[in-house]
Amino acid sequence: MSPDFERRRARLVLALLAVAAAIAVLAFMTLGARGSWSFVLSFRGAKLAVLVLVAYAIAVSTVLFQTITGNRVLTPSLMGFDQLYMLLQTALVFLWGARGLTLLDPRALFALNVGVMVAFSLLLYRLLFARAGNSLHLLMLAGIVLGLLFRSLTTLLQRLINPNDFAVVQDRMFANFNGADGQLTLTCAALVLVVTLGLWRLSSTFDVLALGRDPAISLGVNHHRTVTLILMLVVALVAACTALVGPITFFGLLVANLAYLVMPSGKHRHTLPAAVLIAILFLVGGQTVLERVFAFNTALALVIEFLGGLAFILIVLKGRVR
Amino acid sequence: MIEIRNVAKSYGKVRVVDDVTLTIARGGLTSLVGPNGAGKSTLLSIAARLIPADTGTVSVDGLDVARTPSDQLARRLAILRQDNHVTARLNVRDLVAFGRYPHSKGRPTAEDRTHVERALAYMDLDGLADRFLDELSGGQRQRAFIAMTLCQETDYLLLDEPLNNLDIRHGVELMKLLRRAATELGKTVVLVLHDVNFASSYSDRIIAMRSGRVVLAGTPDEVMTPDNLSDVFGCRFDVHTIAGKRIATYFS
Repeated sequence: MSPDFERRRARLVLALLAVAAAIAVLAFMTLGARGSWSFVLSFRGAKLAVLVLVAYAIAVSTVLFQTITGNRVLTPSLMGFDQLYMLLQTALVFLWGARGLTLLDPRALFALNVGVMVAFSLLLYRLLFARAGNSLHLLMLAGIVLGLLFRSLTTLLQRLINPNDFAVVQDRMFANFNGADGQLTLTCAALVLVVTLGLWRLSSTFDVLALGRDPAISLGVNHHRTVTLILMLVVALVAACTALVGPITFFGLLVANLAYLVMPSGKHRHTLPAAVLIAILFLVGGQTVLERVFAFNTALALVIEFLGGLAFILIVLKGRVR
Repeated sequence: MIEIRNVAKSYGKVRVVDDVTLTIARGGLTSLVGPNGAGKSTLLSIAARLIPADTGTVSVDGLDVARTPSDQLARRLAILRQDNHVTARLNVRDLVAFGRYPHSKGRPTAEDRTHVERALAYMDLDGLADRFLDELSGGQRQRAFIAMTLCQETDYLLLDEPLNNLDIRHGVELMKLLRRAATELGKTVVLVLHDVNFASSYSDRIIAMRSGRVVLAGTPDEVMTPDNLSDVFGCRFDVHTIAGKRIATYFS
């Protein structure tokens, strides 16, 4: 493929994805609308904001996480993040009870969730890097093992709380795109914006980092510092959207790999926007179909996790893991 | 000038590089030879800041490699290790263009593109420029990575077993190219080689290592003797002079 042809094809695919995402957004906002438009638009607009925010955060964080780990079946969620989030929710309910939790300022709760998750990954990263040199794989293995520990602790705590409280915890185990608080969405959007600015400053290193550690160092990238920074920013993104809607494990894997598939090259200026557009298309389009066709009978997160899980198995079976 | 002073490196209890002090002068082609596990690749990686040394220092033109900002070194020194795998889908031209990153930081100029096309031509890759890396043979991919390293246009070029996977023609052409770069452009080329005859035919200087230490250093004529080679590699060698070059045979 000549450079010109590649550029044209990348533009074409991105344009098509943008149109598809725009149609999904339009359908979400207008289909089946009854009554006052101002109410419908502001009500659905708030939900749309959550969906787009989550789509963006998950897509960007997964693509970059896969770049710095050099592995296409990993997502940040697989590093024990979701389990930590669940443990945190259960522990909060255990300590204060479901009623106590509702009295807490949702923004304070959000800050606590994001803070604990970022601190956890920082700690994990520092501890392991100080001892085992530069093994990202050891880091991930530790993440997975810790995830198991968190899950066991969660189960233990869930057995100890009363059934009413358990119902509240169970409600938080799956991502929910309907219940997000407006204030919280704004806080989350501000955080995502700050992270995006940070990533923007590092963006020239993304493609070089995809070559692997040694070539990146040879080309003059301060590998350790850059990777640590990107990892922190990625973690902040994942923590923000997990705290906003709940855990979503496989979604990022699905959109990142689809983006690699449809784009003519692995350059980040192609794959990042493609992944974001695909994520918006899936989340917003999926929610529309769910609301209009299935009349809220099932949860979007379940459908997406099902598809994402399938994609995960397919990728592993196809042996594209390198 | 590359100055290696008292460099040591251990993995667990194994001393891979054992108190090496070595000076590689500016200009010329130097080959590192020695048996497996002699510490050649580790020494090369330490010199290029890919691996930190346990003790000792390495400086390039007086710049300590452990302290100098990485991007500043990347304009002076390029290294290519063995076994390069890229997960991202890239074509050969894109890969070679990464060699310009230290100079253009991801915003290639017209001049950068000229460098890329020249490096592609040097490594006989014109016809493969638009192919993806995962569609190439091992030797073709190796040539693409070498082209990227050449494209970095540094005064110092460190290559770890660059002849791996290359057929005889491309191996000889690469050595001639590196020889020319050293003679005509004054570059300092340091190679890890397995084939002592390649080292003998094209090097200005050969450095032999065994068990983490430098055991011999000198011109090919000085190093290429049956006693020296048997001492380094631990097997029998005969050395012949053919067309003015010292050629070793080791099949007896």
